[in-house]
Amino acid sequence: MEAKTAQKPSLLRSDTLQRFLAFGGLIILFIVFSLASPFFLTRDNIGGILLATTVNGVLALGVTFVIINGGIDLSVGTVMTFSAVMTAQVMIIWQMPVVVGIVAGLATGALCGTINGFMVTKMKVPPFVATLGMLYITKGLSLVVSQLKPIYFNDAIIFNQTAMGSVLGSIIPALDPIKNVVLVFFGAALIAAFILGKTVLGRYTFAMGSNIEATRLSGVNVDRWQTSVYMLCGLFAGLAGVLIGARLNSAQPALGAGYELDAIAAAVIGGTSLSGGEGSILGTIIGAFVISTLANGLRILSVPQEWQIVVTGTILVLAVYLDRRRKR
Amino acid sequence: MDEVLVVMEGIEKSFPGVHALSQCKFELRPGEVHALVGENGAGKSTLMKVLAGIYEPDAGRIIYKGKEVEVPNPRAAQHLGISMIHQELNLMPHLTVAQNIFIGREPRQNVKFMLDEKAINAQAEQVFAMMRLNLDPRIKVADLTVAKQQMVEIAKALSFNAEVLIMDEPTAALTDTEIDELFRIIRDLRAKGVGVVHISHRLEELRQISDRVTVMRDGKYIDTVKTQDATIDQIISMMVGRTIFEATPEVPEHPSEEVVLEVKNLNRGNVIRDVSFQLKKGEILGFSGLVGAGRTEVARAVFGADPIDSGEIYVQGSKVHIGSPNDAVKHGIGYLSEDRKRYGLALGMDVEENVVLAAFKKFLGAFGRVNRSKTRATADQTVKMLAIKTPSLQQKVRNLSGGNQQKVIIGKWLTADTNILIFDEPTRGIDVGAKSEIYHLLNNLAQQGKSIIMVSSELPEILRMSHRVVVMCEGRITGELNIAEATQEKIMQYATQRGEVLLADQPASTSTPLGDA
Repeated sequence: MEAKTAQKPSLLRSDTLQRFLAFGGLIILFIVFSLASPFFLTRDNIGGILLATTVNGVLALGVTFVIINGGIDLSVGTVMTFSAVMTAQVMIIWQMPVVVGIVAGLATGALCGTINGFMVTKMKVPPFVATLGMLYITKGLSLVVSQLKPIYFNDAIIFNQTAMGSVLGSIIPALDPIKNVVLVFFGAALIAAFILGKTVLGRYTFAMGSNIEATRLSGVNVDRWQTSVYMLCGLFAGLAGVLIGARLNSAQPALGAGYELDAIAAAVIGGTSLSGGEGSILGTIIGAFVISTLANGLRILSVPQEWQIVVTGTILVLAVYLDRRRKR
Repeated sequence: MDEVLVVMEGIEKSFPGVHALSQCKFELRPGEVHALVGENGAGKSTLMKVLAGIYEPDAGRIIYKGKEVEVPNPRAAQHLGISMIHQELNLMPHLTVAQNIFIGREPRQNVKFMLDEKAINAQAEQVFAMMRLNLDPRIKVADLTVAKQQMVEIAKALSFNAEVLIMDEPTAALTDTEIDELFRIIRDLRAKGVGVVHISHRLEELRQISDRVTVMRDGKYIDTVKTQDATIDQIISMMVGRTIFEATPEVPEHPSEEVVLEVKNLNRGNVIRDVSFQLKKGEILGFSGLVGAGRTEVARAVFGADPIDSGEIYVQGSKVHIGSPNDAVKHGIGYLSEDRKRYGLALGMDVEENVVLAAFKKFLGAFGRVNRSKTRATADQTVKMLAIKTPSLQQKVRNLSGGNQQKVIIGKWLTADTNILIFDEPTRGIDVGAKSEIYHLLNNLAQQGKSIIMVSSELPEILRMSHRVVVMCEGRITGELNIAEATQEKIMQYATQRGEVLLADQPASTSTPLGDA
């Protein structure tokens, strides 16, 4: 009977399998590239992949919350840039301590996110439009504040040195390719997974994405929680801004547009549903690694960068297609 | 004796352009099941939403346990012990059962922002134990049947220690056994002193479950009677303000013997198993069976909406391939889904646009330009022919009543020159008055030589409308009856005939909640 099959939470529908799909894909990528090139599975190259995943990974963490919540955030890339510029402004132009600069970057991101949340909940602007507006606003503000020029962190060289140093490497020399920014990424991921899985905010993120009206009728203050979700996403974008500034040893005001698409792609490849209610941090991290591993491997195989982009797009569609088939 | 739980008096509520409730009153006693009936738009749901804190009344008083109370929002209602289960279930499908029940008031760990998942599940189990319900709190709601989802809603209400439970059309999507289970739970609640408000369109159910009935019409209170003192016909006449329901079936004209549609050995997985049937010209063929028997699936397969594993379809004697709804329409087959709003109509478009939607090619002029005068004339004609009540052709379909929406869809298929019409639950969610209009319309269509397949879960409807009845169970056709020999009992017998086991010599054991109207 239909009723009976509907009651059985079959393995085919479980989240575990989706992770397995993305994870399986990642493993396949590793095997293929390892066989294709002797330079792929080296310590330095793996370190390079980890480093390349960091910024997109942190952005994707925040985006995952917003997408599970049933929204979208197109502004994370430029909010990241704006946060980097604000960090530089505080740290270099105003000569404040490094820590103050970092806090300024994080606060900038959180503020942009909060404004996104306000636009979505109070002004009732659809998330796509609200965050598209924020994309332009922060893109412009980055250029305004920096006066169109990159700001270099040379006066606070410790910033870059700390980020690109390796605590792990100083303990176990073999782990030297794992830079500190990568650790920050993993730390952020753990925190994100904790928030999503164990806290009230995480629960309401799923609940609102699943059925916002039902959540509202259950007495949950959905406006406040939804704003929190956007704020959290902005906070992660701010963190990404701090990390990219530290990594490049500069705030590049022209950078940033396009990063939001990579972040969304990472979440989607990792099984986050754009219609809301579904997704996981682990999946997103795997998704981010799929994208960076693909880029890295194809580069090693001397595939031109323009083709890497084509392949990434194909993988994205394929991931969602497999997800759809699984659910049918 | 005359202990009263809730009294509502002089309730007024207006929405822009609509006076939804005027001087409404309602009374609920502890330990009673109080049915609230009325046509669509009578104000039943609105009145109960006032009680549940979803709407704020413009005027009037609510007295709860002897004290006048304000119910500004659902939260406040729940704290008072008033819970409402809505027609559209208000659940989060991606969350588990327990997470749904305790949404918004989750047990926390010592650290306040952390959830205590164990406590959530344990407390959910306690509620289920109280309901004598066997359900795993860790299952995702999306993986449950509608009936079980409803149980989750009830559990949620009970977890607030609800003393007033309002249920808006709880049985609309349930099978008979599920309804039995629901009624069992309702009776348990009644025994515990909970006051239950039961809003329903299925008048046959009232007798089974309710103690008193309140009737509403056009936003006004009409009367409250003891269920045992009233006949269904009396209640209906109070609902519509006139007697319209002829209980005798309309004698269908005899159809011709010409076969317009033949389906042979249709198969799709477990859902459709070796289904064969014929449809004759001018015939209404009823498809009966329990929910989930595979009737809708057969209809959708014939229409090309779902793929099939095997089977042959003949239209007017010649074999056709139907791989998509587009193919079906080309062969003159139209399908009217049970979910009108989702599959049948472009709700944001107007009546005219909807009527011509499936036959757009007929109205195209040079360079693909739509001939507006032609579409207007056709739509105008359709509106008149089907007596669609709409202020104008430019009215958005969203604003029409359920019955008129259904007519617009019928008009759409007639405009597309379809000869075979498949109706899936044609009167679901349509009020009593509009129902009989739809019935007349179906009869007229059949007399004009259209052939109709009518999938329906309501036995009285099947018996009243069909020339022949096909009964399905678990994907198979288990019986075929001419209307002369068809009775509710026989149909139920076929509808519960599972697998290879023949139950033919046993009468259907369940009480027939489909009633005796």
